Amino acid sequence: MNRHVLYLVFGRVLVALVTLLIVSFTVFAATSMLPGDVAQILLGQAATPEAVAGLRAAMHLNDPAILRFVRWLAGLATGDLGISYANNMPIADLIGSRLGNSLKLAAATTLFSVPIALTLGITAAMLRGSLYDRIVTIISIGVISVPEFMVATSAVLIFAVYLKWLPALAFANEIHSFGQMLRVFAMPVITLSFVISAQMIRMTRAAVIETLNTPYVEMALLKGASRRRMVLKHALPNALGPIVNAVALSLSYLLGGVIIVETIFNYPGIAKLMVDAVATRDLPLIQTCAMIFCVVYLLLITIADIIAIMSNPRLR
Amino acid sequence: MALTAFTPRKLGFRFNIVGMLGFAVILLWALVAIFAPLIIPYSIGDIVDFDYFGPISAKFWLGTDYLGRDILSRILMGARYTVGISLAAVCVSCVSGVALGMIAAVIGGWFDSVLSRFLDALNSIPSKLFGLVVVAGVGSSIPVLILTLAVIYTPGAYRFARALSVNINTMDFITVARARGEGTLYLIRSEILPNILAPVMADLGLRFVFIVLLLSGLSFLGLGVQPPNADWGALVRENIGGLPFGAPAVIFPSIAIASLTISVNLLIDNLPQKIRDRSN
Repeated sequence: MNRHVLYLVFGRVLVALVTLLIVSFTVFAATSMLPGDVAQILLGQAATPEAVAGLRAAMHLNDPAILRFVRWLAGLATGDLGISYANNMPIADLIGSRLGNSLKLAAATTLFSVPIALTLGITAAMLRGSLYDRIVTIISIGVISVPEFMVATSAVLIFAVYLKWLPALAFANEIHSFGQMLRVFAMPVITLSFVISAQMIRMTRAAVIETLNTPYVEMALLKGASRRRMVLKHALPNALGPIVNAVALSLSYLLGGVIIVETIFNYPGIAKLMVDAVATRDLPLIQTCAMIFCVVYLLLITIADIIAIMSNPRLR
Repeated sequence: MALTAFTPRKLGFRFNIVGMLGFAVILLWALVAIFAPLIIPYSIGDIVDFDYFGPISAKFWLGTDYLGRDILSRILMGARYTVGISLAAVCVSCVSGVALGMIAAVIGGWFDSVLSRFLDALNSIPSKLFGLVVVAGVGSSIPVLILTLAVIYTPGAYRFARALSVNINTMDFITVARARGEGTLYLIRSEILPNILAPVMADLGLRFVFIVLLLSGLSFLGLGVQPPNADWGALVRENIGGLPFGAPAVIFPSIAIASLTISVNLLIDNLPQKIRDRSN
């Protein structure tokens, strides 16, 4: 690796940080432009004007928005996430275990879907134009063009209603055995895997096909290399960067899927927490959850970018 | 055997049939959205059957929902919200995105850099999350929904239009027009827009699909169209309790969404080659 690559990577990270700043401002602005007085909402209708004024002062609501934004940002950076409006608990406590649950779900989905999606994507690209390729393409387009909740409801219909393998929409809060855990995780993981895999298959397929179209692969074909050798030795190493890039990008789709899946399966993760917070208008909690999501999303996108840079041999 | 590297161009009769089919379904839903109040068999608010989550029957073609209301009528009326809101949002986002994209491409310089950087940042907020945050902050109503969806998908339209316009912008006829002393407005309207219109229209279709999906997702979470009105996503949410019995009330609204989005995808995929070539 040389200085040029380092420079590019550094540039990416810098862009990500600036983006994060803009994103945090947007999140703050969207949640602070609320019509109505937060102090009034918190204290209810019966509050005296003095109490409201007192709470406003205590919550620094009289300060200009920009000052509150900076204070909020500083709090986030130092790990002081604030207090939830709804139940007066520190947000860090609320989020702690929930975040773990969501990460578990994401990890299980990743482990499950990445190998399957890559295999399907690469083989579909190798057998381009065949019946197999067409079926894979049609199914993945089909999954992409329906909403995530429809994938979830279809999975419930198939696995719980017709086949009766798994419980429908039930989430056990206490897990005692491995078997129980498997049953609890099965449905959300299956649903999420479908959503993620469809994206990944399409992107992987496109990446491999692009390298298969290059002159050096054609050259390998002309000099009589077997198809396997051509794909594995000539095309795949060059497609690896784009493929890993595709995987990282597809994983960022987990976020959209996770919001729906946690809601529909009543999974106690951070997305469910956020949707509930929206229902109760618990703004500090929403802000924090949104920032966590954005950080993860940006992280994945930046990693994808960096991998794309690193895998470009022309830069080495 | 000739390898995968060269597949013949897919052209021909069958090809267009698929596109026509997609177009027909879209047209059908558009007509339904316009004439819904005239063709619904029952009033959408009426409880017509005491059997909730009723099965498909001659009287209620698609069964009844969790309160015993006719699902067919509710889906037909739901088309108004799903198609209408999505159409409005896609128009706003494409008009603003494409206009900004063309302006950025023609003016260039710091205006282009700042705008691109800002819209990229906006683009890096996951769409569903953005919707959640805005709805949490401002509350959900139809104008808010349209505006939110439009803001979410403006950066994509901007990026697409800018990339196309930048290519056009380097061509000779633009240089000539500049040398003639034409203004920015003329360049955008008469030189660039006609050349990017076809791919932009195709892009508009794809963006429409994303918007339908996002709107349905938000409604499914209870943050989109609010009761007593219901779009298709909200219909699925209302009737999710019927899922364990496989009630038609939860299946058919999903099928309605899928039929619309898949049709648009089919239509875009099967557009005449001339349009698609330029969009690549």
